Amino acid sequence: MRLVSRFAARMLISICLLVAVQTAHAGEKITIAAAADLKFALDEVVEIFSKAHPADRVETIYGSSGKFQAQIRQGAPFDLYFSADIAYPRALRAEGFAVFEAQPYAVGRIVLWSTSRDAGKLTLADLTNLSIRKIAIANPKHAPYGKRAEEALRATGVWDKVEAKLVYGENVAQAAQFVQTGNAQVGIIALSLALGPELAKQGSYALISDKLHQPLEQGFIITRRAAANPLAQAFARFIAGREARAVMTRYGFVLPGDVK
Amino acid sequence: MMDSAFSTADLSAIWLTFKLAAVVTIILLLIGTPIAWWLARTRSWLKGPVGAMVALPIVLPPTVIGFYLLVAMGSSGPLGQLTQALGIGLLPFTFAGLVIASVFYSLPFVVQPLQNAFESIPERALETAATLRASALDTFFSVALPLAKPGFLTASVLGFAHTVGEFGVVLMIGGNIPDKTRVVSVQIYDHVEAMEYAQAHWLSTAMVVFAFVALLALYTFNPTGRRK
Repeated sequence: MRLVSRFAARMLISICLLVAVQTAHAGEKITIAAAADLKFALDEVVEIFSKAHPADRVETIYGSSGKFQAQIRQGAPFDLYFSADIAYPRALRAEGFAVFEAQPYAVGRIVLWSTSRDAGKLTLADLTNLSIRKIAIANPKHAPYGKRAEEALRATGVWDKVEAKLVYGENVAQAAQFVQTGNAQVGIIALSLALGPELAKQGSYALISDKLHQPLEQGFIITRRAAANPLAQAFARFIAGREARAVMTRYGFVLPGDVK
Repeated sequence: MMDSAFSTADLSAIWLTFKLAAVVTIILLLIGTPIAWWLARTRSWLKGPVGAMVALPIVLPPTVIGFYLLVAMGSSGPLGQLTQALGIGLLPFTFAGLVIASVFYSLPFVVQPLQNAFESIPERALETAATLRASALDTFFSVALPLAKPGFLTASVLGFAHTVGEFGVVLMIGGNIPDKTRVVSVQIYDHVEAMEYAQAHWLSTAMVVFAFVALLALYTFNPTGRRK
């Protein structure tokens, strides 16, 4: 009995401390909704940003660009929205949900990625090979990376031959996960994910020529609810700055103003 | 914007969903009946653990089931190695894979009503059959089964409806393939993601009607769940 009450007392103290820490937080807070391809790159950018803003808090949520757009329309509590396709934030701006015009922040690239074979030598034409039974891509119906993957497969003329092998991830990160778990032999995923710390260890990739698909022009906005939030403004400036650009470049993004 | 309520893709999703639910319900009745019978009759200490195992999908998030099935059925997972050795290939992204996942997922919804039905059969009915020198199997088929009929109805409706209502597990291991793994719940999700709200409405309304009719039928024909 004494043991139990002592345990309960300790739990209570920890909970009080936790609550105290949470509420004592005096700084600003922002929540960023970001496309799944930014998972590793934006995590690093936020880490550097947070070091310069120790009193403030930045929360990041990753998911599919289309879903976030719909959620912002319905009043979701996001302060910034980083989309994998600039068309989504542009539409939000046109409907009055954004503070300024959608800003391009990067151009994404797609790659062939595999954990079971040397993807470095793979080409899109190889996907017709019988030993490749399943190919994972993001859902072209609503995921920007899936749309570009479909365009590249069509431009290469292999779409009709590989369509029966395609499996569709809800977003590009799930497409990568299908390959990671060994359920698909090859995936067409974001270069920024293939270069992420975990995935780089597990697999290899081959860049797909960007002449085969429309550019993956990515854009962000500050939402209306964050119009007066100084931290949101600071982050918007930071993403265009030298440090953030260095991180984004390392993850394979082509940046606005850079010569390819 | 649209001429008809359902596109061909929607119709094929509806057909696939019913096919999946029907196959899963039949399999579940076949394997759920002996499990439920055993659970209802046994005095073994294993009753608790087995009952808890069967009930797990009720409390586990579908993501847990989806994640473990994806890993287990993958090329280096135990199930995946088994199916590859048997020459079946890998199960995720296949109809068979969805059937196996759904059998796990809907198991308690079939086993528990059956177990309740078997438990409510008076011991005397079984004893009488035994004194009339009926074999155990004969007793089961000519006494227990007819008495447990309402339980079978409940189990079938719930097993079927719960499989139709499956989403999280399918999203994680299905791969969204038309005619194979793109069931109605996933199709609705895709419509919403693509902002095709009108189509999402049609399918969602159909689901609401289906679920209501299924439950209404259950409560009408089976008012108390058991007949005295």
